[in-house]
Amino acid sequence: MAFLSTHGLTAQYGQFKALFGVDLHVNPGECVAIIGANGAGKTTLMRSITGVLRNAPEMIRLGDTPIGALPADQILKRGIAMVPEGRKLFPSLSVEENLLIGGQVRKGSGRWSLDEIYGLFPILKERRHSPGTALSGGQQQMVAIGRALMSNPELLLCDEISLGLAPVVIRDIYAALPAIRATGAAVIVVEQDITRALSVADRVYCMMEGRVTLTAPAKEVTREAIHAAYFGAAA
Amino acid sequence: MIWLDVLVQGILLGGLYALFAAGLSLVFGIMRLVNLAHGDLIVFAAFAILLITATLGLNPFLAALLAAPLMFAVGWALQRFVLNRVLGKDILPPLLVTFGLSVALQNGMLEVFSADSQRLSVGALESASINLGIVTVGTLPLLTFASAVAAIFLLNRIFYTTALGRAFRAVSDDPTTASLMGLNPKSVFAIATGLAMVIVTLAALYLGMRANFDPSIGPARLLYAFQAVIIGGLGSLWGTLAGGAIIGVAQTFGAQINPEWQILAGHIAFLVVLLIRPRGLFPRAVD
Ligand SMILES: Nc1ncnc2c1ncn2[C@@H]1O[C@H](COP(=O)(O)OP(=O)(O)OP(=O)(O)O)[C@@H](O)[C@H]1O
Ligand SMILES: [Mg+2]
Repeated sequence: MAFLSTHGLTAQYGQFKALFGVDLHVNPGECVAIIGANGAGKTTLMRSITGVLRNAPEMIRLGDTPIGALPADQILKRGIAMVPEGRKLFPSLSVEENLLIGGQVRKGSGRWSLDEIYGLFPILKERRHSPGTALSGGQQQMVAIGRALMSNPELLLCDEISLGLAPVVIRDIYAALPAIRATGAAVIVVEQDITRALSVADRVYCMMEGRVTLTAPAKEVTREAIHAAYFGAAA
Repeated sequence: MIWLDVLVQGILLGGLYALFAAGLSLVFGIMRLVNLAHGDLIVFAAFAILLITATLGLNPFLAALLAAPLMFAVGWALQRFVLNRVLGKDILPPLLVTFGLSVALQNGMLEVFSADSQRLSVGALESASINLGIVTVGTLPLLTFASAVAAIFLLNRIFYTTALGRAFRAVSDDPTTASLMGLNPKSVFAIATGLAMVIVTLAALYLGMRANFDPSIGPARLLYAFQAVIIGGLGSLWGTLAGGAIIGVAQTFGAQINPEWQILAGHIAFLVVLLIRPRGLFPRAVD
């Protein structure tokens, strides 16, 4: 059975509809990439799954259990953690405190602890007493990933972790992915960089204007299919 | 030496004002909420202590120890069931609600406890004094000041070195992202207001032992608390202690010149500090 699935998921901001019946699923331990142009609804989908935006209960299921109406703090407790778009570190907290707060409510049982995060991203140990927001963009992204891992999630959502970073930094950050997956956690990566997305994921979903326009195994998908799904058949 | 004496009395009085202000400062720092009923809640806590001393025959210190968890519960429930509902981008609803609460509390206390002046009596301690060599100070004012220092020290420890304090700061920075960490911002706010009411109980204890109180004196305590917080710089607890001391010193100097000038001198000191340092003495870097 899928670890997590959405069923006709809709979302709106006031009058504006951002998602029109999204169906997707993530299997245990699977890595799924979600690609799509700016404004396609990828972040909205992440916010819906994590309970920042509320839905009808049945629209999102964790295994068999409807969780669509749960608030964000309850979703985290059920083992779903997010690295939010824009990193969103807490400015009043040091690097170490930013990491600690990720595991404050749910520690989970798994590999990740402060020491393990410092092992994964050694630079963070050197900077552990700096304010989180005093770090470079790449280092901040490492904190955001470490913070989410501290709860030892069974599903990790990463919203555009490469955004605004230099290629070498992106490479360093993605180098952590195998270690994260080795714990058995499922991962959803939202990514604008299609090549990167296809190289790390087992399956890929493409979104356009609030709908899923393509679902395929990452190894089998063709450039033409992605192009059509990304820009619409007419493009 | 009279002026040195006045200075010391003033600083010690500032401890009481810092106690009035610390809870207000804590709540404002975490949720940007100005609780206009803060002064009335202090008076409410003083009546609670009085009631406990009267019914159980305890001395006020022990009674305050019992009142503190009750006041924590009052603060927790107030936040959970009332204030959380009105917190939002618009700062007006919480102001209106806490103003309403202030009026309701005053009238309620008038109904239940009457307008008579009350006092928490501690016998000999009220007039005891300690000779510090160059000045002689009242034991009670000294105890008040020491309690204020201890309370602020502890609040700072909680705020900057504990998991709870980390949650306070995270929720204050960004409630949405904090909820992604599994924190429920509204529960965290409720704990913060509960904690503020524990400090309010301590303030009430010293208020009631130092002078008479009745249901109408809350708003003036709120005003002193405000002034201490603003002089200190919003959100800085040690600044609040400094702010309290400045008002206390100004008031005792004013009273020395002419008893009628006591309160006025405090307000003048407040205005002067505001003119020179509009953001207070120790403003927080962010905001
Ligand atoms: N807070 C909001 N209020 C109103 N509309 C919003 C809000 N957030 C997003 N939208 C709208 O919802 C749609 C989907 O936005 P979303 O952020 O989910 O897209 P995205 O795929 O994550 O884009 P990007 O790649 O730029 O991050 C967009 O049209 C956007 O303008
Ligand atoms: Mg986005």
